[in-house]
Amino acid sequence: MSNAATFDTRTEANIPVESPLAYSYHRSGAPAPSAKSRVILRERPFLGHLVLRGGAIVLDEAVRAVLGFGLPARPNTLSQSEDGARSIQWLSPDEWLLIVPGGEEFELEGALRNALGDAHYAIVNVSGGQTLLELSGEKARELLMKSTPSDVHPEAFPVGKGVTAVFAKANLILRRPAENRWELVLRRSFADYCYRWLLDAGAEYAIGVEK
Amino acid sequence: MFHIYCPYCEEHREEEEFRPKGQAHIVRPKDPEACSDEEWGDYLFFRDNPRGIHHELWVHAVGCRKFFNVTRHTVTYEILETYKMGEQPRITAESLASGETQGNVQVAGGGQQTVSGSNAAVEAVKGEQA
Amino acid sequence: MSKSLEQPNRLKEGGRIDRSRKLDFTFNGQRYQGHAGDTLASALLANGVDIVNRSFKYSRPRGIVAAGAEEPNALVQLGSTEAVQVPNVRATQQALFDGLVARSTNGWPNVQRDVMSLVGKLGGRFMPPGFYYKTFMAPASMWMTYEKYIRKGAGLGRSPMEPDPDSYDHLNRHCDLLVIGAGPAGLAAALTAARSGARVILADEQEEMGGSLLDSRELLDQQPAAKWVERVLAELAGLDNVTLLPRTTANGYHDHHFVTLHERRTEHLGETAPLVDGHRSVRSRMHRVRAGQVLLATGAHERPLVYANNDVPGNLLAGAVSTYIRRYGVVPGNKLVLSTSNDHAYRAALDWVEAGREVVAIVDARTNPQGDWIDAAKAKGIRIITGSAVIEAKGEKRVSAARVAKIDLGAFKVTGQAETLACDTIASSGGYSPVIHLASHTGARPTWNEEILGFVPGLVKGVHAAGSARGIHDLAAGLADGVAMAAQALEALGQSAKAVELPQVDARREGPACALYQVPHEKPTLRAPKQFVDLQNDVTAGGIELATREGFESIEHVKRYTAMGFGTDQGKLGNINGMAIAARCLNKSIPEVGTTVFRPNYTPVTFGAIAGRHCRDLFDPERYTALHQWHVEHGAEFEDVGQWKRPWYFPQVRPDAANGERESMAEAVARECRAVREKVGILDASTLGKIDIQGPDAREFLGRIYTNKWEKLAVGKCRYGLMCKDDGMVTDDGVTSCLADNHFLMTTTTGGAAAVLEWLELWHQTEWPELNVTFTSVTDHWATMTITGPEARNLLAEITDIDLDRDAFKFMEWRAGKVAGVPARVFRISFTGELTYEINVQANYAMHVWKTLFEHGDKYGLTPYGTETMHVLRAEKGFIIVGQDTDGSVTPEDLGMQWCVGYDKPFSWIGKRALTRSDTRRTDRKQLVGLKPKDPKVVLEEGAQIVFDPKHAIPMPMAGHVTSSYYSPTLDSGFALAVVKGGQQKMGETVYLPMADGQVHEAEIVSPIFVDPKGERQNV
Repeated sequence: MSNAATFDTRTEANIPVESPLAYSYHRSGAPAPSAKSRVILRERPFLGHLVLRGGAIVLDEAVRAVLGFGLPARPNTLSQSEDGARSIQWLSPDEWLLIVPGGEEFELEGALRNALGDAHYAIVNVSGGQTLLELSGEKARELLMKSTPSDVHPEAFPVGKGVTAVFAKANLILRRPAENRWELVLRRSFADYCYRWLLDAGAEYAIGVEK
Repeated sequence: MFHIYCPYCEEHREEEEFRPKGQAHIVRPKDPEACSDEEWGDYLFFRDNPRGIHHELWVHAVGCRKFFNVTRHTVTYEILETYKMGEQPRITAESLASGETQGNVQVAGGGQQTVSGSNAAVEAVKGEQA
Repeated sequence: MSKSLEQPNRLKEGGRIDRSRKLDFTFNGQRYQGHAGDTLASALLANGVDIVNRSFKYSRPRGIVAAGAEEPNALVQLGSTEAVQVPNVRATQQALFDGLVARSTNGWPNVQRDVMSLVGKLGGRFMPPGFYYKTFMAPASMWMTYEKYIRKGAGLGRSPMEPDPDSYDHLNRHCDLLVIGAGPAGLAAALTAARSGARVILADEQEEMGGSLLDSRELLDQQPAAKWVERVLAELAGLDNVTLLPRTTANGYHDHHFVTLHERRTEHLGETAPLVDGHRSVRSRMHRVRAGQVLLATGAHERPLVYANNDVPGNLLAGAVSTYIRRYGVVPGNKLVLSTSNDHAYRAALDWVEAGREVVAIVDARTNPQGDWIDAAKAKGIRIITGSAVIEAKGEKRVSAARVAKIDLGAFKVTGQAETLACDTIASSGGYSPVIHLASHTGARPTWNEEILGFVPGLVKGVHAAGSARGIHDLAAGLADGVAMAAQALEALGQSAKAVELPQVDARREGPACALYQVPHEKPTLRAPKQFVDLQNDVTAGGIELATREGFESIEHVKRYTAMGFGTDQGKLGNINGMAIAARCLNKSIPEVGTTVFRPNYTPVTFGAIAGRHCRDLFDPERYTALHQWHVEHGAEFEDVGQWKRPWYFPQVRPDAANGERESMAEAVARECRAVREKVGILDASTLGKIDIQGPDAREFLGRIYTNKWEKLAVGKCRYGLMCKDDGMVTDDGVTSCLADNHFLMTTTTGGAAAVLEWLELWHQTEWPELNVTFTSVTDHWATMTITGPEARNLLAEITDIDLDRDAFKFMEWRAGKVAGVPARVFRISFTGELTYEINVQANYAMHVWKTLFEHGDKYGLTPYGTETMHVLRAEKGFIIVGQDTDGSVTPEDLGMQWCVGYDKPFSWIGKRALTRSDTRRTDRKQLVGLKPKDPKVVLEEGAQIVFDPKHAIPMPMAGHVTSSYYSPTLDSGFALAVVKGGQQKMGETVYLPMADGQVHEAEIVSPIFVDPKGERQNV
């Protein structure tokens, strides 16, 4: 829809870029994973994050046409491309979070806007404001139990679920794309607090940070 | 710490995710300029404070960010139903008094908070009020 | 570990302790020894320690009474060093560990020879119930002084004054069924639910699960009951759907089956948590449990009988005697007199005899008790005195005798001559009170059950009680009840219970108990020796009687007047006896008198467990911008704005300082202000709220939510907007820019970002869902760098491809382009009054752009500035800060901002109608003005009250207050913004500001715009 402004935030490759955790690594360090680590933390910075707003039916059609897979059918779930590199998460009845490999977001936004034509919708690029952390390891779930009142028991939080959750005294998006992997989508300004919380709460599990 | 069924997320979530926003079903007058000062003051400042059934506006702030309504008992703190914006409550002080629930209005699916269904909840609340 | 010390009361065998492991500990400085498996209380009793405390009010010596959470006397302070002090620990709940150091909570300088006891004995006469109210409330100002000395003498434990070396945390749990208590009913219930596949949590406060089965005389399947406990626990431990939490007290039952469980993970191991893999493990943990259903199997507390001097050390609960003998191999005396109203207590006498000590007599209040336990006692040759009770204990520091007499229950009087029996221990039992505390937390009222002579819990939906917790004290029946109640809970969950085979329990013949609470004495209650009801709070039967005589008829009033059931005790032992006494005095029945409400917490919880991990630098989130590291490295002092850390000012090393001394705040701010007015400054403005607004109705929406007009704002233009609540009061402000016809970027105040987004959603979702518009926070996506000052254009021109010509890129416009090679949106808006560009880039590139600006900025004198300088500069321009210059009672017109109000917009926008209410039309409303102190050196205090007539008698009519006040380097004077009644019509008039120190400042009312009133500097 030409009535909204799109903005390509990409730069030449030689421009330095910092993830939301850059300061945290500098200040708090990143304990290397060891054989004793029962939780592993890994940041996946610089991904493309788009917020989709609008009606499920038109958005689903457009998303299918552009990405080859549709919106998640149920509240609080996510759908993923076959290779898992692209995902769409339900955030509210008219809001979804689309995460794609970094650098794809601008063309994807354009393609979706093309496909959507005159429909009522909105697309907002929030890539600079969020980062994604992966948690794995046998104690990942217990670490989450220390941090969020959301029920992360496998019965209540099966693979493919994703919710907005209270996390310590902040909030974030919590999702479980695979049996043994959790993902936390953090807002940039809260990233350091959440990172320090994870290191502190994970200390008894010898948490390691993969970089 | 309430446990609240979000009618949009379709599951129970912890109270920490929600914020109460006061009495539900307060409608802004369509033509504010036509209101007397007293009418406008009523709209702005005056709210019910019942002992018993209360309809409240809540927002799922850490969640879908949607506003919705809650029918809550102010003595037992029991939440009898939650329903979406634009819908009407099925359980009201009047319906309890007359022993009926309104059958012909749209009600949020799965919104019943009570363990054993709405009728039991109604009975329980009636007992409480008696 | 050292040589063995003698433990005079330790039996040669028996108990569940590990005799191969000896543990050293000290109590009040004295060394003792106990065994693994002991509690501090059992170890103290094993060592013959009679006095563990002094009583709160009367300073009487007190000994251990109970064996569990209901212990009122044995409160100790733990810790060998300052950092590990823990107050208010019940010795009965503290597992012994090697090196444990404990002191009595009360008793100064020591429990044996207490200075306060004299005061207590004298003062006791003068300390009737209501003593505090009567004596110390007038004059009220003296209370703090009295309190200090009373507390010092009475002692309530004390907090450590050094940082705690341990860590604590919270764990959120969810389950289908939470079973509280792992005694017979709880175990049977948990097993039933577990086998049925439900998610079960079983929590128990003791060191070992099993409850009464751990010291039961009864056989389950012809084996000791503890064997069955082992088998059940082994099965439960092997199930994935079951979580076992021993050493975990359910302390609070909150709304909708949210229960807080306090797990003591390492308290039994040592003063500090041990290191595991080099990491200190978590000392204690708060489990925040959201349960579908809750089953209370909390058991019952035995009620002591209320007789004269029933507080002298050596008076114990009958059940506690059995527990110490059977579970800990400790017999707490030599010669026992048992006073009882029921069959169950006979077990204590049997255990005592079997331990090889003498039972002087069992005194039974019933005239003709019949049952298997009675027969067993007779068979052991124990003397049984019927129709009688212990009416008084003799002895001061330890029981020396019991006075026993025939009593008439109905007439409440002693009928025969008292007989004095020499003994050192009196065990008593007045029956069993179900532990209804948690059910009481839910708000449900308990009901009196005459059959069991106790209150049974009221149960709200989803709560179930089983076994002793609802008055089913028989073992076989309790086990069966656990199964049945679990099945009931499962059914409520829509699950079905699998059958559980229960162990065989031998049938027993039992007679009914009689109702006995306070035992009559030869003298009237008020003249008899003290008969204690609440040992922890020193409440006596006489005190309750006095309270009722003074007109306190409601049990809630009696409670507050006497302090019965207060504090950490929460009425575990005393409440029912107290109610019974009140009922007797008021000539009512117990149910008529009713019961008080028990409150969380059931037993004390450490602040550590409450705080969990939310402490120190994780106390609250700190939000950082993408440039935070640069600010830290450049010496910024930070200010908290909401949760954000914003640079407040950047103190530099003084050019003349040899020792690296940095500027004061005033110096730094003056330098930063001058840099902006004369050259160019830079501010990290990333914290401003930013909301992306899209949709064909976006413009209409803005028009309804802002006070001013939006329909003609062209693409590429920016506009300042004011937001009101519907009461007409200003609630936020900011600049909104038109990015495309249907696309706007709204900025909000830093603190208001989340609230404004919710405000927009509120109106959209509840009133105007037909408007096609969406709101998305992009606060974190963009980093915002404000360069401002006469040199701003020259600086930016060096690193951007945007045409900065003053006619090509005007004030209140925005342009897209590249800055330092990074795609940017640049907004020409100003909060300083100077030529300003706000550069917005995707946050991950912000540091590069910021550093590039500095690489080019030196020659222009580029100076970083913080929020303090920002405040000074904006105040010089009369720009308001919502929340500082407004307080929810200020309209746009009060601010003199009529220019920002679209009175003729077709839609009656939020706040419009209220602006024509009679109150908002008053001419004497407080209005925003500038204040110029007559003495330019004076910087008025923010918040200072303004009066028109300083000679007016106090109280002076107050005319307004200062909202913002600073020193201006540009004006070389103090200046202020203020709200003054009718101020806009009082330009040039003098107002007065009387200060707390007696000074009265004078100031002139002036325009709030102090610098560049025509606004030419920002337009250059």
